[in-house]
Amino acid sequence: MTFSWTRVGAILRKELRDYRRNRFVIFSMSALPLLFIVLTMIQLFTIKVSSSPRLNDRIGISMLYLLIIPTMVPSALTAYSVVGEREQGTLEPVLITPIRREEFLVGKALAAFAPTLVIAYTLFGVFLGAAELFAQPAVVSAIFERSHVLVQLLYTPLLAGWSIWMGIGISARSTDVRAAQQLAVFASLPPLGLVALLSFNVIPASVGLALGLAAGLLVVDGFGWRAVAALFDRERLITGGRA
Amino acid sequence: MATGPHGSQPDAALVVEHLTKRFGERTAYEDVSFEVGYGEVFGFLGPNGAGKTTMVRTLGTLLAPTSGSARIAGIPLAFETGAAIRGRISIMPESPGLYLRLTVEENLECFAGLYELRDVRERVATALRAVNLTDRARDPCGSLSKGLRQRVALARALLNDPAVLFLDEPTSGLDPVAARDVHALIGGLRDRGVTIFLTTHRLEEAERLCHRVAILNTTLLLIGRPDELRERLFTQALDVRTRTPLPDPGGVFAGLAGVSGWEQPTPGSYVLHVADPDAAAPAVARALVGAGADILSIVESVHSLEDVYLQLVAEDAEAQR
Repeated sequence: MTFSWTRVGAILRKELRDYRRNRFVIFSMSALPLLFIVLTMIQLFTIKVSSSPRLNDRIGISMLYLLIIPTMVPSALTAYSVVGEREQGTLEPVLITPIRREEFLVGKALAAFAPTLVIAYTLFGVFLGAAELFAQPAVVSAIFERSHVLVQLLYTPLLAGWSIWMGIGISARSTDVRAAQQLAVFASLPPLGLVALLSFNVIPASVGLALGLAAGLLVVDGFGWRAVAALFDRERLITGGRA
Repeated sequence: MATGPHGSQPDAALVVEHLTKRFGERTAYEDVSFEVGYGEVFGFLGPNGAGKTTMVRTLGTLLAPTSGSARIAGIPLAFETGAAIRGRISIMPESPGLYLRLTVEENLECFAGLYELRDVRERVATALRAVNLTDRARDPCGSLSKGLRQRVALARALLNDPAVLFLDEPTSGLDPVAARDVHALIGGLRDRGVTIFLTTHRLEEAERLCHRVAILNTTLLLIGRPDELRERLFTQALDVRTRTPLPDPGGVFAGLAGVSGWEQPTPGSYVLHVADPDAAAPAVARALVGAGADILSIVESVHSLEDVYLQLVAEDAEAQR
């Protein structure tokens, strides 16, 4: 039996319908992004164009806030994805259909990935629009610098991908939703830390280095679903680990 | 090769040979063999922890057997054939496992997608009609009673028109009215010739619905039609009741034609072991009248499946001691 996008679509549709009616998910998808866009705006409008290095630091912080959104939002969603279904008793009926574990995992991942990208890119657009309209010209030209925009566009899906696979992997091996959520948030942070070091020039930033790191993250994300698929053991999930 | 009870299809829907499942040191079930024909309703009985659900999960390819083999809907049980088997069967687990924030229709649409069914709307509508839930299609599953949720789970299990339908304790936790509704639905499926593998510890459920039953307590204790099992376990008997105890029951019953022995469970009540109850009853009546007894009743002893079950489980517990 080959990989079926119909089955992936069934999981994806079900997840998105479920998200829309789940208060916790609505809260996670709105409160965190709202907090970080507010912090970003505060940074934006309190920047004084006195010294160039200070300006770059402040813009680096703003950009970092924006990258926290695609890192944190999916980890809250995906940490629930397997262990939550198991706790609800909905996992077994799904696993007794012809669905393959890869299809199940890709469906779950896309359900977290799509809204995360929409939220992250929309807020980045809001940030750019607000900067264009209200920030000082020197700040605007620094923000619209090609490397900043490139980092946002490039790292948003890559960081989301990392968080999603870490979240699903942890969820597949956890027995408790809360523990899975806490672990998933911690596990999503390392690549963000790397981006932070670049943003604050602790590691001297260059377009080449940023692209290199992005390529590395892309490879990790690409293999992420295979690694998570290996952790996804039907028997263990059904019997609660006694197999 | 086995033939179903209706002789409709030559192959067996389920062939299980020496199947064993262990979790480390613990044995869930051991050396279990049986066949289920197409169109048959097969009851799998056993006390809690007997291995019934583990057997269903094994045949549903959720758990790998430790040893032994099986064919499900003609497909050999193996890791590689898991998805193909799951496409040909359905399992209704003990807990309905519905997405409570989704409507009944949305739940079924999701599963229709997982089975890659065409004409999803038509299939969902057909499944809902089968369980009489058409008017609740737009209701969130979270708003349904436990009995209605069980019916939604049954509709979900019918979506792919399965070759074998596994029902794992389908009336567990339901009130008598809801359980009766589920029984009626299962009866309807049986009449349509759906092959059903029903695990239960409700014996009246098995007796009412199943063509054959197997009794499991880690190992398979017995298998057959409920009436066969009764005959195999219990000798034929006549239950006799008199208004007052007989002064000399031995003198009345000993030597009667067709009566091989007798017992007196309570005063005024007698169990006569006979080869043919119909042939022995007139002679017993004449002997009692001759002895001046006031006869209240002479009836053939009827053992329920519950008697069979309790007898077997008790014998098994004794043997394991």
